[in-house]
Amino acid sequence: MVDRASALRLDRRGFLRTVGAAGAAVAAGGATAACSSGLQGSEGGGGGDTIRIGYVSPSTGPLAPFGEADDFVIGSIQEYFTQNPIKVGDQSYPVEVLKRDSQSDSNRAADVAADLIQNNGIHLMLVSSTPDTSNPVSDQCEAQGMPCVATVTPWQPWFFGRGGQEGTKFQWTFNFFWGLEDVEAVYADMWDEVPTNKKAGALWPNDPDGLAWGDPTTGFAPAQAQRGYSIVDPGNYPNGTQDFSAQITQFKEQNAEILLGVPIPPDFTTFWRQAAQQGYQPKLATVAKALLFPSSVEALGPLGVNLGTEVWWSPSHPFTSSLTGQSAAQLADAYTQATQKQWTQPIGFAHALFEVAAKAFGSVQSIDDKAGLAAAISTMQLETVVGPLDWTSGPVPNVAKTPVVGGQWRTGTDFAFDLTIVSNKQAPGIPTAGEVQPLGAAVAG
Amino acid sequence: MTWVNAVVQGLLLGGVYALFACGLSLVFGVLRIVNLAHGDLTVLAAFLALVATSTLGLNPVLALVVVVPVMAALGFALQRLLLHRSLRAGELAPLLVTFGLSIVLQNALLQTFSADTRSLPAGDFGTAGLELGGGIAVGWLGLSTLVVAVAVLAGLQLVLARTPIGRAMRATSDDPETAALMGLDDRRVYAVATAIALATVALAGVFYGMRGTFTPTLGPQLLIFAFEAVIIGGLGSLWGTLLGGLVLGVAQTVGAQIQPTYGVLAGHLVFLVVLAARPSGLLRREEVR
Repeated sequence: MVDRASALRLDRRGFLRTVGAAGAAVAAGGATAACSSGLQGSEGGGGGDTIRIGYVSPSTGPLAPFGEADDFVIGSIQEYFTQNPIKVGDQSYPVEVLKRDSQSDSNRAADVAADLIQNNGIHLMLVSSTPDTSNPVSDQCEAQGMPCVATVTPWQPWFFGRGGQEGTKFQWTFNFFWGLEDVEAVYADMWDEVPTNKKAGALWPNDPDGLAWGDPTTGFAPAQAQRGYSIVDPGNYPNGTQDFSAQITQFKEQNAEILLGVPIPPDFTTFWRQAAQQGYQPKLATVAKALLFPSSVEALGPLGVNLGTEVWWSPSHPFTSSLTGQSAAQLADAYTQATQKQWTQPIGFAHALFEVAAKAFGSVQSIDDKAGLAAAISTMQLETVVGPLDWTSGPVPNVAKTPVVGGQWRTGTDFAFDLTIVSNKQAPGIPTAGEVQPLGAAVAG
Repeated sequence: MTWVNAVVQGLLLGGVYALFACGLSLVFGVLRIVNLAHGDLTVLAAFLALVATSTLGLNPVLALVVVVPVMAALGFALQRLLLHRSLRAGELAPLLVTFGLSIVLQNALLQTFSADTRSLPAGDFGTAGLELGGGIAVGWLGLSTLVVAVAVLAGLQLVLARTPIGRAMRATSDDPETAALMGLDDRRVYAVATAIALATVALAGVFYGMRGTFTPTLGPQLLIFAFEAVIIGGLGSLWGTLLGGLVLGVAQTVGAQIQPTYGVLAGHLVFLVVLAARPSGLLRREEVR
């Protein structure tokens, strides 16, 4: 009986033919896309009377929450530059921002960067959001002599991940953000507030962030060992993993009372639900990347309360924009008014990229003076909406550091969850709005 | 115990893959179309369920009452209006149509729902676990997914084996011209098959949405796992699809237990080994036509 039915007769050869054709179709699709972007690109080339700034970030794919605010930031900055053209030498120039989507893919990021440099005649490159985006774009710029400013990328994966060495520097590419030492200190400060057995289970993905954070000699493990914490590291897993039972089993066996990690947003949701199903409940969780965004925390529902993350920008940061004079709170409000959405941390940094760009163009005599732009950034000191940037005193050349504090997600008033700053030992100028609470204090299971 | 746990969790993961692969297997079996939009249709179903849960205030499981008929109707229309026309133009045309459909769906979803990561609010059902003893706990959701996958595949198998429409599908699949001579309307047969396939896609989308998260661009990733499950099990055999899903799931979790880096890779390797050693799949006999 089963035999009778099992014979939906299929012709294997036919299938392979069809699949082969599918491959060809996909390849052709890719080629068409490449052509069209090439054509699109060429329209912007030429003309020396406009400052053209390339901007690469992920608008789609798993890293999309990082790029969510870009359209708002670029839209308002374009408006600002229309009213206040940048003065270079004794001439005023309008500004055009050419935004490209990395699709959360490092190859695609490199492609669109090369296209912007070669076919669009940009004068400066800005790039944001994770090493997967910033590193390939910075590499393209370094190779092609294009000044480039990167952000929302911790400096170790950006500097060492691209082959930078102690005592060397990059000529064309610059970064402003914090480093692992900062986030290590912030997390440890938060861990100190809750009594635990000082064992932290680590979720390290197999990407530039995960490799740098989980590095056995320069990553979290040795740094936290000095503070008395040990790390349970099951090994790096690929992004997009559907099942985390291997990690959960290890964390349960070794009784990791703290959870730590830098997973992409969808993976953390998968992990956290499976952890609840399989009965793993840490006392405290500090998770970077995935927990930066309200949309990821909302996806968890009540399980999201008191999850912790690092905070590098918020409306309560006491800084103002050097361009528009907006405070951090005003910038966040403008975003919520324009989009009806809750503020996210990249808003401030996307805005600050343009502060750096404007200042750099203000320091040169010709918009084509690429070496002059690079030199201006390498010695720049600027008060921005994300804090004071100073490229003369970074941990390595090419890097300026910004402050980090610790936060936890709490049930919100206007939106489902609010990110509340709970630890500011590393940057006392940024006010806290609460204290560190253990997980499960507000919600059971 | 660690390994037993890995296998148990792998079987649950396999249930998800089997459910994904079911519609793909059926469409290929009956229509001989490789549906490249399969993953995107699954994501579409998840988004439909999201709309149903947020506007009607339904539990995602109850939202199935809305989503399954809508997707089935969509399948019927899709076949009648789009795929059937392309079928006449040779093997390549339907493939290109589904490829195009995949791109259109992704971008339409992106436009409508933005790139935010979404998830269906399954509440306690999504996070409740069942302690099996020995430190092994399984999620109710995963368990229900596996049960649903087995039920759906068994049900489809019964439909194909026992019912007139099942017979009509097999006949049309075997030899459309002769079937037409015997008075079968192949347009109707194909449309019903696609409708059933998309109903299973709706189930897959909703269960996936409760399990983890989805974005408009997730489709192609789901398609790969569905493909692998179908090929491992054997083309056109529905029991094979179930087995293929389970094998893929267990391979991934056991691989991850050895070293988390190799979880997904282990699944791909098993797929390649099956393709090399038993190209017709685990459950399909070599047939002489």
